Amino acid sequence: MNATARPKPFRLLTWIAAAIAAVLVPAAPASATTIERVISPGGIEAWLVRESAVPLIAVEFAFVGGAIQDPPGKAGTAVMVASLLDEGAGDLDSKAFHERLDRKAVELNFEAERDAVHGSLRTLSENRDEAFEDLRLSLTAPRFDPAAVEIIRGQVQSLVRRGAMNPNEMARLRWWQTAFADHPYGRPVNGTLESLPMITSDDLRTYARRVLARDNLKVAVVGDIDAEAVKAMLDRVFGALPAKAELNPVATVPPRGLGQRVVIKLDVPQAVVTFGGAGIARKDPDFIAAYIVNHILGGGAFSSRLYQEVREKRGLAYTVYDSLVWLNHSALFLGGTATRADRAGETLDVIEKEIHRLAEEGPTEAEIAKAKAYLNGSFALNLDSSVKIAALLVQLQLDDIGMDYFARRPALIDAVTLEDARRVAKRLLDGGLLVTVVGRPEGIASSAD
Amino acid sequence: MPKLLLLAAVLVGAFAGAARAGAEPKIAHFTLWNGLEVVVVPDHRAPVVTHMIWYKVGAADEAPGKSGLAHFLEHLMFKGTAKNPGDTFSQQVAAIGGQENAFTSSDYTGFFQRVPRDHLKEMMALEADRITGLVLTDEVVRPELNVVLEEQNTRVANNPNGRLAEQMDAALYLNHPYGRPAIGWRHEIETLTRDDALAFYRRFYTPNNAVVVIAGDVTPEEIKADAEATYGKIAPRAEIAPRRRPAEPMQEGPRTVTLADARVEQPSISRVYLAPSSTTAKPGESEALEVLAHALGSGESGRLYRALVVDQGIAINAGANYSGTALDYARFGVFSSPKSGRTLHEVEAAIDAVLADVIEHGITAQELESAKSRLIADAVYAQDNQATLAQWYGSALATGQTVEMVEAWPAAIRAVTADAVRMAARTWLDRRTSVTGYLVNSLKPEEKHS
Repeated sequence: MNATARPKPFRLLTWIAAAIAAVLVPAAPASATTIERVISPGGIEAWLVRESAVPLIAVEFAFVGGAIQDPPGKAGTAVMVASLLDEGAGDLDSKAFHERLDRKAVELNFEAERDAVHGSLRTLSENRDEAFEDLRLSLTAPRFDPAAVEIIRGQVQSLVRRGAMNPNEMARLRWWQTAFADHPYGRPVNGTLESLPMITSDDLRTYARRVLARDNLKVAVVGDIDAEAVKAMLDRVFGALPAKAELNPVATVPPRGLGQRVVIKLDVPQAVVTFGGAGIARKDPDFIAAYIVNHILGGGAFSSRLYQEVREKRGLAYTVYDSLVWLNHSALFLGGTATRADRAGETLDVIEKEIHRLAEEGPTEAEIAKAKAYLNGSFALNLDSSVKIAALLVQLQLDDIGMDYFARRPALIDAVTLEDARRVAKRLLDGGLLVTVVGRPEGIASSAD
Repeated sequence: MPKLLLLAAVLVGAFAGAARAGAEPKIAHFTLWNGLEVVVVPDHRAPVVTHMIWYKVGAADEAPGKSGLAHFLEHLMFKGTAKNPGDTFSQQVAAIGGQENAFTSSDYTGFFQRVPRDHLKEMMALEADRITGLVLTDEVVRPELNVVLEEQNTRVANNPNGRLAEQMDAALYLNHPYGRPAIGWRHEIETLTRDDALAFYRRFYTPNNAVVVIAGDVTPEEIKADAEATYGKIAPRAEIAPRRRPAEPMQEGPRTVTLADARVEQPSISRVYLAPSSTTAKPGESEALEVLAHALGSGESGRLYRALVVDQGIAINAGANYSGTALDYARFGVFSSPKSGRTLHEVEAAIDAVLADVIEHGITAQELESAKSRLIADAVYAQDNQATLAQWYGSALATGQTVEMVEAWPAAIRAVTADAVRMAARTWLDRRTSVTGYLVNSLKPEEKHS
């Protein structure tokens, strides 16, 4: 609900919020919740939800191993690969390929994030054969034509330049660079003006061969299609990919720099703040309790403590939020706000005080009850469109928490006790904050200053 | 709690006309005794519902000197009523896991909740109560004004693109209030008061100036009964005069705005032309502009991208857009960012060449078909999202269109001819009615950036 300016990494959180909230809702129509596991003759798995009310098909998929698999010194490789998969494939150059997509109104998108390369296909049911062929070509026969590579390189460089004038982007980037110095998570996903020119066509091809494989692939299909057709699609589209991905090992690490403040001077009227600390892993038994605690601190609803204290009572900011972020090789809580320069110090004090208070005293029984009701009730809102359901099913697979997760969800949420929440609030929030600020904040100085 | 989304016209334009093809949901549309319109869009795939109320009042309805008032009031609408004081409404939404938000444009102000179906009637009762029951104290108004100023900082003051867009709109509209930013001019926002907000509220917030749109797992019959039991209890409290804003005079010369900010490392150019909206256009004209915008610049098959980015290799990106959802005027836009070592003037000349060609020769049969099939498919894709459908109907009805116009939109797109597209280009891509904006690093002669 922090509708504005949600940074990219949080996209996943929305889905997970859904997953977590998944259950108490009265049974949805069978079509919306019945998940079939489909395995093709070639051994490729997909999760399918059949829904014929609207004549379209949504396919979402992900290859584990995103930007963190960029070669050393070549940050931005995954982003360039993702951008180039629909820039010409097989016998079709970029122009011909796009014209082909357009003629049948096929939507095909790829996106690289830290831990995975995501793909998404949307088509009218009547055009599904053409759409599946487009997808097959893009994944198994991308051309990486030199002209297309240069265009995409220019676009990513341009994104990086634009980011350099965006205080939100700057604050976030510095946070990740500081928390994960010397770790792949510290590298900008879009790369840098230094790294992007170093990426060669060979790098792109090598990355695609290493990462676009079958053993790290997660697929979900939702829409007007049956299991037999999905099986045929799976083998046709993904069958020619290498059986095994070649992923470089990545160390699992906590964020560093906790307790530090970093100020980046920029002449803007509003100071933009990113704050965060060590989180709790997705499969940790305390995860659900942490999710509840985070919701109370700065999660979705307008009732969160940070929202009330920073925005409602004091009018210090338009946006203030906190989210859990779980990665394959780390876990965080990460929040942000933006506030006028002359009250930046006060704003950060309020945030730190609230975090400290929650760590020390824990939430109240009433807050926990409300958070549970919210998380349970909001689930269905994430299952009202084929595209949303497909994205959620991919996320469940990436998180490796099982197809029966929805059914187990209510019990997991309801099992969290006041004692659990207090203990986990302390565990989650007592480890110190790394804070980055962009602007001319009064009352905040860099620790190093 | 207005986490408002200030809907830029561009955003709204994406779903300018609405409609469905394929498995058509049966839309119901009726008006209560008090003048409140209700649109019901059934979608039984999931047990959830999107409930929206659209007031036919926006930033263009503010008095001069009070810019930002419509938006400020939108924020204040979350401060409680006599019957549901404080944040009772939001607490209730949170208690059932619902989502809520609000938005303000030049033409409308909207509020919505997305909730499990079984809680719809509670939402209707709360929303009905808030049409006339708002209570405001200085205690809640003052901090909220600071929240709005921070929002202005985020959207505009901290953002060179936002600042340029504001200046360009002010230059595009010589006389019409669309020239004022929907969020307001900062110096005027700072002076807004509780009394301003309440006066605006009493004048414009009345059932006979609102449209309720409900999309989701509901039937028209149950909604009709529930609407009468909730919204039907609110008496109209103001006469609503026809919305007549000052019209544009003859625009006789192109304008340019150059915004320099030392932080700009990627310069860009954009141009907006004054164009008719879906509501003011002659039959078929708005649809022709949509097809034209698609053929010129939607994505990588668009003419502008092909010419500037692929064939000439002078730009990073290039495209076009048209947003028809507005009561009075709409904008037709083109934009591009030069590659390193290329200038804005080179890029602008290349854009002009593409536009001149389209004005002279129109678009090809293939471009026409491709744009039309894509736009019509969007209507099917929209059916996958009840909130999108609700937004389509609400924005259309709040800007002077009808349910029938929305439903006829795919047919209207299908009927667009190559001649109509060429005529639209010839008529509306007129430099004299345009503003060109340059976002640059400094005001030094020719932009030099690497």
